[in-house]
Amino acid sequence: MGIVNGKNFKGRVSEALKDQELRGNFRKAMDGLMTKRAAQFEDVDEWTRLRALGESIKKRALSKLPELLVQLEENLTKNGIKVHWAENVDQANEIILGILQSHDVKTVVKGKSMVSEEMELNHFLEPHGIKALEADLGEYIVQMAEEMPSHIIMPAIHMNKGQIAKLFEDKLPGTPYTEDAAKLTEIARKELRREFAEAGAGLSGVNFAVAETGTLCLVENEGNGRMVTTVPPVHIAVTGIEKVVENLSDVPALLSLLTRSATGQPITTYFNMISSPRKKGEKDGPEEVHLVLLDNGRSDVYRDAETRDTLQCIRCGACMNHCPVYTRVGGHAYGGVYPGPIGKILTPQLEGLDNYPEHPSASTLCNACVEICPVKIPIAKMLVRLRDENAGNCPHGEHPVKGRGSKSSAVEHASWKGWKAMNANPTTYKVATKAMSKMGNLMPSSLPMLSEWTSVRSKPKFASQTLHDLVKKMDVKDD
Amino acid sequence: MTNTARDNILAKLNAAAPSKSFDASDFNVLKEKQLSAEERIRKYKEVTTAVNTQVFDLDRADWTQKLEEILVQKGVRHMLYGPSSHLGRNLEENWQNKDAALVPYNKAMEECKDILFDIDAAITSTLGAVAETGSVILWPTKEEPRLLSLTPPIHIAVVEADKFYTTFYEAIETNQWAANMPTNALLISGPSKTADIEQELCYGVHGPKELIVLIIHD
Ligand code: SF4
Repeated sequence: MGIVNGKNFKGRVSEALKDQELRGNFRKAMDGLMTKRAAQFEDVDEWTRLRALGESIKKRALSKLPELLVQLEENLTKNGIKVHWAENVDQANEIILGILQSHDVKTVVKGKSMVSEEMELNHFLEPHGIKALEADLGEYIVQMAEEMPSHIIMPAIHMNKGQIAKLFEDKLPGTPYTEDAAKLTEIARKELRREFAEAGAGLSGVNFAVAETGTLCLVENEGNGRMVTTVPPVHIAVTGIEKVVENLSDVPALLSLLTRSATGQPITTYFNMISSPRKKGEKDGPEEVHLVLLDNGRSDVYRDAETRDTLQCIRCGACMNHCPVYTRVGGHAYGGVYPGPIGKILTPQLEGLDNYPEHPSASTLCNACVEICPVKIPIAKMLVRLRDENAGNCPHGEHPVKGRGSKSSAVEHASWKGWKAMNANPTTYKVATKAMSKMGNLMPSSLPMLSEWTSVRSKPKFASQTLHDLVKKMDVKDD
Repeated sequence: MTNTARDNILAKLNAAAPSKSFDASDFNVLKEKQLSAEERIRKYKEVTTAVNTQVFDLDRADWTQKLEEILVQKGVRHMLYGPSSHLGRNLEENWQNKDAALVPYNKAMEECKDILFDIDAAITSTLGAVAETGSVILWPTKEEPRLLSLTPPIHIAVVEADKFYTTFYEAIETNQWAANMPTNALLISGPSKTADIEQELCYGVHGPKELIVLIIHD
C-alpha cells in the first residue's frame, strides 16, 4: 500500500493514461453508473426539491455543529455507547488500539470506512499484532492486492474479473482460477463468515450520526456492515465530526440522495440504525459500542464560510462517476484517500496544499461535479479558491488553507502582472495584439510556457488581423 | 488525552460557528408523497421484486400452511424463529410440517453460534414496509434477535397488509420513532448483494441469499 501521497500526481496520471486496461475498466463502470443514476432522478422537479432539502439539512447541521456534537455525545452516552474524541489520526489510532488491547483482540473485522483509510488504521495495528480484515468484498479484494481503494463506493472498480480471479488464485490457497463473479463471491463469503464468527471486535464507519436520538446510521448492500456491528463482542465506529445530523427525520432525505446518486439504487439492501449496545436480555449484538469522533483538519475547514461547504459531503461518489478527469485517470492517480472532485477539494484542505499541490488544478472546471452533487457543494468555486491560494494569492488572510502558496511562481506572477499592464492600457494593448498577429505564429512550440500546452494540443494559430482591425474594417457600429 | 481533544475540537468549532442560523428545512417534497393503501402494496412489490425479493400474499387463516409449502419447495429442513414472540407462538400452534422443523432462537448468541451460522432459514415479524424503497422495517427484540435476519441463507419476513407506508419519512413521523429508538432498527430491501466484481450483481455475499416476504391479509 502506502500510496497516500500527493506528490508526482502528473507521473501517475501519465502512467494511468497509458494503461488501456485500467481506462477500459473505469470507462465501462462510470458509464453504467451515470445511466443508473439518471434513471433515478428522471423527475427533475423532485430532484431539485430533494436536493435543496438535502443541502438545507446539511447546512443546518453544520451551522450548529458544536452543539450537535455535544448533544450527540450526551445521547450516545445515555444509550450506553462510549464516545471518544480525536484531534488527529494518531490519537484516533491510539484510542482504537487501547480498546482492542483492553479486550485482547487479535482480529478486527471491518466494514467499509473511509475515515479508517484516512487513519491508515490497518497498517497502524499490524505491528501491534492485530489483524484488521476488510469485510466489504471490494475492500477485501484491494486489501488482498495490497492496494488502496480507487473509488469511495466501489473500492475495486479499477480491476476486472481476470485480475480478481488471478488474485484469488494466488492469495487464497486451494482456490482454482475462475472468472465467474458468483463463484468468486461465494469464495469470499466462506472465507469471511469464519472471521465474523471468531473476531474479537468489529469496526465500521458511520454515514449519519443522529444527535437527537444518539443513533449511528450505516448504509450498505452486503451485510458485512451488519455482521461487524452485531457478531463480535465489541463494535467500534469511526467518523469524521461532520457526519452529525440534527434529527432522525433529517435522515430519509439524505439516505435517498445518497443511494440514488451513488449507485442508482432507490435504497441499499441494509439501512442499519444502531442506538445502543446489547441490552439486558437481548440475545445478540455487541456488549460494547464505541464511537470515535475524528477531527483531522475538519475544524480548520469549518472556520471559513466558503471552505465549510466541503463538509456537506455525504460521500456518494457521484462527482467522481461524472468527472471526465477521474474517468480517464482512475482513483489511484490522486494519491489520496478521497479521489475525484471531492478529493481535489477535501484532501488538500485536510492534508495541506503543499502535500497535494496538483489537486486543485486537476480539473477542467467543466462543472459536471457541481451539477450532480446531491447536496450542492460548489466544487468548482472551491477549486478556484484553492488554486488562488496555491498560487500564493492570499486575500483569504484570516482562514488560509494549510500549505498555501505551494505553487507560487515568480515567473507566473510576473507574467500575470505583465498581462494586466498590457490589458489596462489601450496603447500597449494595441501594440501587443498587433505584434501577436504578425509574430505569434513564429513562436516555437518548445518555448518554456508553451511546451506543456502543446505537448497534448495543437499550437493556437493567431489570426493575421486583430479583432479590432476586423471590426473597424467591417464598419460595425458601437451601439 | 481525549478530554483535551474534545475541548480543543469544540473550542475551535465554537470560535468559528457561523452567526447565521438556518431555518427549518422544507420537507414538503417528502410529505407530498402519498399513496393509497393498495398503491403502497403495489409499489412495494414493484420495487422489491426488482431486487430479487420473493413476495407472497397470504390469508391470515392459513398462512402457516402456505409457508410450510414454500419451505418444502425450497428444501428447507430447519427454520429458526423467536419462540416467545407473537409470531413464534402463532407458528408453534399451527405448525404441522415434519419436513421443516422449527428451531427456537432462545439462547444468547455465544451459546448457539454454530446453529446461527449453519441453519437453512429464519423467520421474523416486521414493523411494516416502505413502498417507495421496497423495504421491510425490522426492530429486532429480545424475542426476535438481530441475527435471525442476517446469518441464515433464507430470511422470511412477515408484514401485515395494513402496515405499509409510502415513504421512510412517513414511517418515522407517524410512529414517532425519535422518542423510542431500539438497540437496532433496520430497513431491509432485498437479499444481501454486491456488485464489487466488475459491476456484476451477485446475491448473498454475506447476508441472506434469499428474502421472502409474506404479506398477511385479513
Ligand atoms: S462532493 Fe457531492 S457528489 Fe461528491 S461525494 Fe460528496 S456529496 Fe457526493
